[in-house]
Amino acid sequence: MHFADGAIPADYLGYVRRKHLWILGGIVLLFVLLIVSIAVGAVNIPPYDVLLSLVNGIVARVNAFIHPGAAIRVSNTDLIVWNIRLPQALAAIVAGVGLSVAGVAMQSILRNPLGSPYTLGISNAGAFGAAVSVILLGTGQMHSTVADAVTLNNPYLTTIVAFIFCLLATAVILLISRIRGSSPEVMVLAGVALSSLFSAGTMFLQYFADDTQLAAVVFWTFGDVGRINWQELGIMTVVVVAATIFFLANRWNYNSIDAGDETAKGLGVNVERVRNVGMIVAALVSAVIVSFLGVIGFVGLVCPHMARRIIGDDQRYLIPGSCVTGGVLLLASDTIARVIVAPYILPVAVITAFMGAPIFIYLLLRGYRR
Amino acid sequence: MILSVEELTFLYRNREVLDEIVFTIDAGEIVAILGPNGVGKTTLLKCLNRILRPKTGVVNLDGEDLSRLNLMDIARRVGYVPQRVETGRLTAFDAVLLGRRPHIGWDVTEHDLRIVDAVFHRLSMDALRLSYIDEMSGGEIQKVAIARALVQEPKVLLLDEPTSNLDLKNQVEILSTIVQIVRQHTIAAVMTMHDLNQALRYADRFIFLKDGRVHSHGDRGIVTPDAIRDVYGVPVEVVTHKGVLLVVPIA
Repeated sequence: MHFADGAIPADYLGYVRRKHLWILGGIVLLFVLLIVSIAVGAVNIPPYDVLLSLVNGIVARVNAFIHPGAAIRVSNTDLIVWNIRLPQALAAIVAGVGLSVAGVAMQSILRNPLGSPYTLGISNAGAFGAAVSVILLGTGQMHSTVADAVTLNNPYLTTIVAFIFCLLATAVILLISRIRGSSPEVMVLAGVALSSLFSAGTMFLQYFADDTQLAAVVFWTFGDVGRINWQELGIMTVVVVAATIFFLANRWNYNSIDAGDETAKGLGVNVERVRNVGMIVAALVSAVIVSFLGVIGFVGLVCPHMARRIIGDDQRYLIPGSCVTGGVLLLASDTIARVIVAPYILPVAVITAFMGAPIFIYLLLRGYRR
Repeated sequence: MILSVEELTFLYRNREVLDEIVFTIDAGEIVAILGPNGVGKTTLLKCLNRILRPKTGVVNLDGEDLSRLNLMDIARRVGYVPQRVETGRLTAFDAVLLGRRPHIGWDVTEHDLRIVDAVFHRLSMDALRLSYIDEMSGGEIQKVAIARALVQEPKVLLLDEPTSNLDLKNQVEILSTIVQIVRQHTIAAVMTMHDLNQALRYADRFIFLKDGRVHSHGDRGIVTPDAIRDVYGVPVEVVTHKGVLLVVPIA
């Protein structure tokens, strides 16, 4: 059967170009926001100096890489930019991208608009893991001063235990859906059940914790991008980039599943396998972010929907669109969290919902962009 | 012969749904699968492109054993239009472009776009190209689903009750378009149908299913009052009106 006598429709190409422009615009916005985010804080740095410090820093580091032993000269500005604000800003972007891309994939895989790392219990599982680590394994305590109020003696152990519980939650969801067949309803409901189970577990542990442990657990659950170092950022970035490429490679499969399981099967998509593998990858990337940064709700659920309102449901544009939206929202939230009640710095998780909810409600009311 | 089914048996939770189904279809033919609700019409259709895996039996597609092909290979040969399709916020053009899924690598090519454009033209849907499918009527969505199956460039088209949600105009339009395309491209179409008059009008051959088995199988000649009473349990007359066979239930 041959239908090759068609033309390439100009109106459609124009439509595709507009989608690409939206994504490109988002990336530009993200970059501008990055500069602004580094510029503002306890010490304000002019944006031009930020740019200069970034460019010089990169050149110097590349140079030092090529010629080992070459010294990197650092000014005070460079110290603030490279040691404090840049890792935090990048962590916000990477975490926003990762949570959002995991959310968009889960929403498609589970055919449910409420799919996200938070609704599926992965975040609560991580929080429970942290509570177990702090309270039962004794990895946290609290000082009396305001700055650095809480120390996690052994942050790595806390991270690892949180990560293990995130994976455990995912394993249970997959196991249940294996027994009952990979139906999206079963996965979503199992996730909701686990989420309640883990938050009940956390409450139980907190009830018997002493006040320093309690503070450490609560502190951990406030998702905060400021607690990351370059090495952790590196791990998180690798995982998020790999997952994003994986989801992009599956965009046609997700589009097919969005059209209905039967349509997808008719198009040659192994729906059960795509669903299971996608869940594992989405859970993995969420688990890494939650374990390093704590619970940041809302981003994974809402950023994909924000992107949908602007760019539509086609995964070819929705996946990159969600990445950009997630990065922008979390970076903007973190910037605000750092300056809004200065000199206090709020954890970003407090601001994401404050920022995101009104924007999201506005988008809901306005409906889709024509 | 483009499709042959030999001794096909399908079990659902150890209950036999289809039992030793045998039939063949030639290129250029339209076959209607008929029978009461729940008899296994849809199940049979899904066994023909391995959405469901038959317990035993061979489905042979243009000389190839279906069980030796993977899902993607099958999707390049068989197009499937399910009863229900989900809609989302995407354009009709993108929704139909999805039908190229079995053929594309990392991204669509100009070739894919040309095929989609040609099918839109063929189904007189040019004006709908950039409409969002979540704002479309049932008839338009059904056309999109059929267009999606056509851009798969299939040898066999499987349609599960293609006209169940459509008004009279759309029913006539869609079925006559399918007939034209099947003839013109010498592919085959298998449809499950409830409306016997529609089946008589558009199909070349008929398969009556009863209790999971083929009750009878052949051309118009098998659509008799006896067969229909046997399969549906309803007494009918088959009359000719201006050269068209009509099935009329006797009140």
